[in-house]
Amino acid sequence: MTGLETEEILSAIVFYLLSGVVVGSSILVITLRNIFRSALFLLLAFFATAGLFITLDAEFIAAVQVLIYVGAIGVLILFAIMLTRRIQDPVAKSTTRSFILGAFVSAAFLFFLILILGKIYLPPFPETGADTEGITKGIGRMLLTYYLLPFEVVSVLLVGALIGAVVIARKEEARGGEPPEVALERERKDREITDSKPDGNGLEQNDRKH
Amino acid sequence: MIGSINILDILKPELICAIVRVTPTHYLYVAGIVFCIGLMGVMIRRNAIAILMSIELMLNAVNIVLIAGGRAYGPKTYDASSFVIFIIAVAAAEAIVGLALILAAYRHMKDINIDDMSIMKW
Repeated sequence: MTGLETEEILSAIVFYLLSGVVVGSSILVITLRNIFRSALFLLLAFFATAGLFITLDAEFIAAVQVLIYVGAIGVLILFAIMLTRRIQDPVAKSTTRSFILGAFVSAAFLFFLILILGKIYLPPFPETGADTEGITKGIGRMLLTYYLLPFEVVSVLLVGALIGAVVIARKEEARGGEPPEVALERERKDREITDSKPDGNGLEQNDRKH
Repeated sequence: MIGSINILDILKPELICAIVRVTPTHYLYVAGIVFCIGLMGVMIRRNAIAILMSIELMLNAVNIVLIAGGRAYGPKTYDASSFVIFIIAVAAAEAIVGLALILAAYRHMKDINIDDMSIMKW
């Protein structure tokens, strides 16, 4: 009736499902008060983005997305949440003081972005052709010929980030020559003092009540 | 008829075709919305880890744009995919360093509320 083929309708259904999951879980990431849940929805958004990559014939990128974003970065974020768990307070405000201004600015940004996107015209996707051998071979050739220098720079960057993260996140005491047993003992005493303090920031009382 | 909305005008075949036939613009819309959600998260959240997660969302939106653009340019081009691999590597490095910084700040001030992190404010 409208000239639509079954394949087009099916790909539209897949696209709208995946993008709905991406947008919905992104909204939940920034609105949920429990940071652990928003991290899990972040993983869901990454996973659905991998699905979008598959609809764009980028299977290798989808696999990399699942491995690195969902696997590595997701686990890293969950680890960081666990390590800073003690500050979790279910009744605390989750927004900054400049909440209204920030929401207004980003809503205006979205408005103008959609205004601009409505004005542009892009041609539809070209046909892939039957001989799709996958993009992995092409990416590998590209990375080792044309993008060889950026590839090496990225490996240096990753090593630098790794070393920098270890240096930053290492305990202060370990740097000052204090033996680790002494440092641990002192930290345990510190924690006892802060835990037994009745005021602080009010978190301990809440923890006991619930 | 001016001033009233006819339901048959909305359900025109061309409009249905434009909605159902997925073009690069559809991907740009999704990526733009996700980018703005990430921007909003950076601006309104108070927890530093939530801000880092919102930055990851924005990088993810950029990846969607790049892959859709590469696919629209042609099936046999791999520049966009190579760019996305670099972006993913840089995002991983950024996440590692950011989380290490957050842990160090947490150890210092026992809190990662960015409203209170004002010791470097001029």
